[in-house]
Amino acid sequence: MADEKYLLEMKNIVKSFPGVQALKGVQLQVLPGEIHALMGENGAGKSTLMKCIAGIYHPNDGEIIFEGKKLGTYTTAEALKMGISMIHQELSPVLYRPIMENIWLGREPLNKFNLVDHKKMYELSKTVLKEIDLDVDPRTLMASLTVAKIQMIEIAKAVSYNSKLIIMDEPTSALTEREINQLFTIMRKLKAQGKSLIFISHKLDEIYEIADRITVYRDGEYIGSESSKELKVDRLISMMVGRNITEMFPKVPCKIGEVKFEVKNLSHKRFFKNVSFNVRRGEIFGIAGLVGAGRSEIIETIFGIRQKEGGEIFIDGKKVDIKNPRDAIAHGMAWLTEDRRRSGIFPMLSVQLNMAIANIPRFLNKIGLINEGALNSECDQYVEKVQVKTPSLEQKIQNLSGGNQQKVLVARWLMTNPDILFLDEPTRGIDVGTKVEIHRLITRLAGEGKSIVMISSELPEVMGMSDRIMVMHQGKVTGIVENSKSLTQEELMAYATNTVDEYLATRGKK
Amino acid sequence: MTKANDSMVKRINYKQLAKKYGIVIVLVLMILGLSVAQPMFLSSTNIFNVLTQATIFGIMALGMTFVIISTGIDLSVGSILAFAGVVAASLGQATTATGKYFPHLVELPVIVPILAALAIGALCGLISGTLIAKTKIPAFIATLGMMTVARGFALIYTTGKPISTLVPSFTALGGKIFEVIPVPVIIYFIMIVISSILLNKTRFGKSVYAIGGNITAAEVSGVNVSRTLILIYTYSGLLAGLAAIVFAGRVGSVHPGAATGYELTSIAATSIGGTSFSGGIGTIWGTFVGALVLAVLRNGLTLLNVDAYWQQVAEGIIIVGAVIVDMRKNAKRE
Repeated sequence: MADEKYLLEMKNIVKSFPGVQALKGVQLQVLPGEIHALMGENGAGKSTLMKCIAGIYHPNDGEIIFEGKKLGTYTTAEALKMGISMIHQELSPVLYRPIMENIWLGREPLNKFNLVDHKKMYELSKTVLKEIDLDVDPRTLMASLTVAKIQMIEIAKAVSYNSKLIIMDEPTSALTEREINQLFTIMRKLKAQGKSLIFISHKLDEIYEIADRITVYRDGEYIGSESSKELKVDRLISMMVGRNITEMFPKVPCKIGEVKFEVKNLSHKRFFKNVSFNVRRGEIFGIAGLVGAGRSEIIETIFGIRQKEGGEIFIDGKKVDIKNPRDAIAHGMAWLTEDRRRSGIFPMLSVQLNMAIANIPRFLNKIGLINEGALNSECDQYVEKVQVKTPSLEQKIQNLSGGNQQKVLVARWLMTNPDILFLDEPTRGIDVGTKVEIHRLITRLAGEGKSIVMISSELPEVMGMSDRIMVMHQGKVTGIVENSKSLTQEELMAYATNTVDEYLATRGKK
Repeated sequence: MTKANDSMVKRINYKQLAKKYGIVIVLVLMILGLSVAQPMFLSSTNIFNVLTQATIFGIMALGMTFVIISTGIDLSVGSILAFAGVVAASLGQATTATGKYFPHLVELPVIVPILAALAIGALCGLISGTLIAKTKIPAFIATLGMMTVARGFALIYTTGKPISTLVPSFTALGGKIFEVIPVPVIIYFIMIVISSILLNKTRFGKSVYAIGGNITAAEVSGVNVSRTLILIYTYSGLLAGLAAIVFAGRVGSVHPGAATGYELTSIAATSIGGTSFSGGIGTIWGTFVGALVLAVLRNGLTLLNVDAYWQQVAEGIIIVGAVIVDMRKNAKRE
């Protein structure tokens, strides 16, 4: 039977979604009273695994043993009752209700008339908040709290459920240094009370500060578990990325010309400071970094969606003023956004309009009417060119697969005949076949002399495609490196976690 | 392909046809039913009657289609009609009118009141549109405000009294040419054609769909979102001004309480015609059919001597029923 010493034991967990196998038989053991860190790149399967524990997902196969009991299928409500709480990366409080109503949501204390007993709720909340040393009136509206406080309330909620296991999915990504320290104090206190915590973070320094043990996953597989005292940084990084770059990246060397696009000291109030880089004709310029490093925000600022705090943008050496995406497009820039559903497609509209939307002015006749024939024939050309699989141009884009939707968006921007392309996670959530096609297209565009800026969270993609790579960490550029055979993922990861000095020091010793 | 598959494809096509033209089929069934029950229904006089009844809210529903496709709403069109209508009427009164609004005003060419009504309508819409685009307040609130303000101005302008006895060239706009074809119907058809071209053949139209489909993606793709929003409400206001002219021409007088609730009728026509409140979906043709459904219903129930109070009940049920059918059509795709 189960090993009695573990609070939670997961064996051979398999979880598939249509088209992807997110977890390929992974394991996890959590001891009572420990802080256990999970590490791995984006897409490694950490969050999926945590959602399996919390009852949000149900594994296709495998065993979950909690407090020595093998669990069947259970809901989140049942998980809470058993003592498993999860604090999500995206918090979803009921903003305009007080703290206490958020804590006791769905299980409000009632009086003898079956009405909500606000007085009792207030007293109970005070006790719970005191337990985590949070000095705040339970009647305060959630909306008036900082993200850090809201997170603390989530922890208070977990405590109020008397949870034995609290899962925190990247709790520090939106916190300041001081808030992180407060969070760690509470985490240590909970640990001292014998509770176990699972902690997901991309920040190595945090992991080493707080975690007792570390488990690493990669591509939905279990790589290993070790005590944080024994696991060295460089070994941890190679456990996380240790993948070979295959022939997935059909990058051909292109002739690189003069500087086409340049950004000098671009800053944003919140997201990044003093970012400078340039991109040359025919060059693919990769931007790497972990989620929250401020990469997408740079493009949003360049395109005028976000207000810049300072800095200048140059095209062909001339300073340009870009107030909105229209100005950017007029300057020959194109932007394939990160989140296809949120800011890319028009789901219920036709493939034709989705493709043509940035190009309508070219197809207007003298009195401002659209030349439908010319528009359709050009759309047809691009369907052919980027190989969109669609029964017709009239098809609603929501009926196409993700990869084909992405190709339509690529076509949208190619139709504008841009000189500078910004591609934000161009292959996220896309099947391998389409991925290679898109990579081939990117290389071809570079070959045509276009300048390409490509953001990607997948290191193999950045390394397989880029001529140079800029790495960011929490809004700062930690390095711009020439891509070469000798560049390793470990080195890039060290830049992305801002531990490059340490990394180079250990390398030097070898 | 096997025969079985063939027939299946055909069946699916029938289904899709029924889905696509569902509301047209409803309209045809209504017309058939009414012509059997009351042969008078199909007389040319009555057909033109039905069309004429549809014109005023039908014209406003054309603008409403743009508004709702962009996920907005325009509650102000009824009030704009009243405001634009009383001003137009005051400029188009015959010299013989008793208690003339401008006692010393000479008889102006009819184009003056027409332009005045259009200008007032467009201006009111421009203000709502600018509020929505620049302050980002919900369209519901902006146009609710405009609805109240425009009605207020109509009352202030007239001190609550109707303005009547319009010049013949004005009332001719509500009459018939060749004694057969009502002028309002001609105006309505022209506006259907113009609106349809605007929505389908211009950059503005594509921008309307894009904003309704995904406003963030529209902005990123270079659509001028705020200018498009302003134009949408300006067009809606302009059409309300045009509806005011038709109203004044037909009735021969305008009172400041005119067209109360017409905004809801035109919203109803638009919804029955398949324009989706979640945005991105809708056609001018559908809105025309929606307006006809309402007009046929009203006319038919009157011909059948149904009590006026019961007509209201029937109308309400039809509106809700039509939208339920329409929602199901959209939901099935998931």
